[in-house]
Amino acid sequence: MKLEERARELEAKARELRFHIVDMVHAAQSGHCGGSLSAADIVTALYFEFLNIDPANPDKGDRDRFVLSKGHACPVQYAALALRGFFPVAELRSLRAMHSRLQGHPVQGKLPGIEVTTGSLGVGICEAVGLALEARLRKASWRVWAVLGDGELGEGAVWEAAQAATKFGLDNLIAVVDNNGLQNDGYCRDILPLRSIPDKFRAFGWAVLEMDGHDMEDILRTFGKALLITGSPVCVVAKTVKGKGVSFMEDKRDWHGKAPNAEQYAQAVAEIKGGPA
Amino acid sequence: MESKEMRAAYADTLIELATTNRDIVVLEADLMRATGTGSFQKLFPDRLVNVGVAEANMVGVASGLSATGKIPFASTFACFASRRVFDQFFLSANYARLNVKLVGTDPGVTAAYNGGTHMPFEDLGLMRTIPGLTIVEPSDPASCAAFVRLAAAMYGCVYLRLPRKAAAFLYPAGEKFEFGRAKRLKEGKDLVFAALGSLMVGECLKAAQVLAGEGVEAGVVDVLCLKPLDEVTILTAAKATGRIISAENHQVMGGLGSAIAELLAEHRFGGGFKRIGIRDEFGEVGTQDYLVKRFGLGAPDLADAARKLMKES
Repeated sequence: MKLEERARELEAKARELRFHIVDMVHAAQSGHCGGSLSAADIVTALYFEFLNIDPANPDKGDRDRFVLSKGHACPVQYAALALRGFFPVAELRSLRAMHSRLQGHPVQGKLPGIEVTTGSLGVGICEAVGLALEARLRKASWRVWAVLGDGELGEGAVWEAAQAATKFGLDNLIAVVDNNGLQNDGYCRDILPLRSIPDKFRAFGWAVLEMDGHDMEDILRTFGKALLITGSPVCVVAKTVKGKGVSFMEDKRDWHGKAPNAEQYAQAVAEIKGGPA
Repeated sequence: MESKEMRAAYADTLIELATTNRDIVVLEADLMRATGTGSFQKLFPDRLVNVGVAEANMVGVASGLSATGKIPFASTFACFASRRVFDQFFLSANYARLNVKLVGTDPGVTAAYNGGTHMPFEDLGLMRTIPGLTIVEPSDPASCAAFVRLAAAMYGCVYLRLPRKAAAFLYPAGEKFEFGRAKRLKEGKDLVFAALGSLMVGECLKAAQVLAGEGVEAGVVDVLCLKPLDEVTILTAAKATGRIISAENHQVMGGLGSAIAELLAEHRFGGGFKRIGIRDEFGEVGTQDYLVKRFGLGAPDLADAARKLMKES
């Protein structure tokens, strides 16, 4: 299949993820829409094109490991796992409910497909380095994909991990930065200016690729390139829009951690189902 | 009963203090909109330092500011204010004998929907081991405001544990508080609850009411200050009734239950003693009401403990 055709299919899948993100946060009346929606296209491409995983055998040894370092965006991962067949889609609405396997942040062992526990920012990427290092030590073929937030890059631990990954030459580690430009308290440029994320990772010894995190063709090409890089870990900086796909959530700080009411939910669903790609 | 958001009591008091004291500064790590200090930023934009998602750096920076004579209040979720910054708070602030006020919001089950990653049952246990640190968990908006004022007025590090949601007023605005002094909220001849924080004080008052209907008179001590602990008030109340129950929104290990157990053992208290709190478990997602039941922190659990204690001793 041509890349363009595959991109159209994945765009449709991303729309399904977006619907479930809004639907489960609405059902829970709690959770993080903005940063889940900004990562939806990235996560769709990973779960439906790149990750070597098997829902029938979620613990198979050589599987690729996905780490959501920005753990608060777990609705996007839960949606991807459910749609990929790891657990029933109907369970998505149990997000943040009592006894739910869909905790407020991803918890390893609670739900098939969750590799590590995250939620404190900056911990996931360190865990990802450990997972990648183990592949190296075992001479195993699995890759580790980690998705980080840009606000998360404020945590010192991210840069401790970045240095370790370079030291060990972990070219089986690919970190995708969801660069939506917003964090809880406001724009990153106001709260903690990041300057050039690519330059920072390059200075830490990583190969860096940049892409439009909402252009599925660009995502497919860039991830494809990332897989070919050897000798160093790879950082993909994805330019994204927080709240992407729901007009009133886009680039709005208020939608970092807020649930839509009934009216907002109806509008969001209409836009996701009927809106342009 | 009148109530107010605890975070509003915190922020309003900071504003009141900063108006006359130029040394008051506030630090945040990208949770200003949760901890409620946005109102402070509006009035004093130069005196609110938001370092981004970097809690360890926040406490280090607060220590540096303190070394130059500032009075920094650094606030973030209690899970981050304890686990994540423990070394910086221990070494840069406390061991250095500086003047850093660290505020942990959303303690214990009040973290609710954020779940186990964000639900600190261990922050008090960690903090208690830091020599000389003052640890306070206010029980209402009036005591919150009072302890923020006291923290600013006292030189030395303070850990203030603060649910951000609304709590009912238990004290009038002019009530006097002191570090190391508990309050006897309710007298009772049969047993005493020693409770820490607005959630547990409230549950103990409810339990006392239930018990009163059964002819058991339970007193309630509002501990307020975990360190230094008001040993005299707690020990006197325990000895007067012969029965004491500690109540905390935290692990019984390391927190109030431990502190009272140590106190009672060292003073050869021979009466009945039970601890209400988290029993060696991690947190999980749920409404606060559910979690209170799930972890056995509610008035029914307290009343049950009291009934058992009455039977046993």
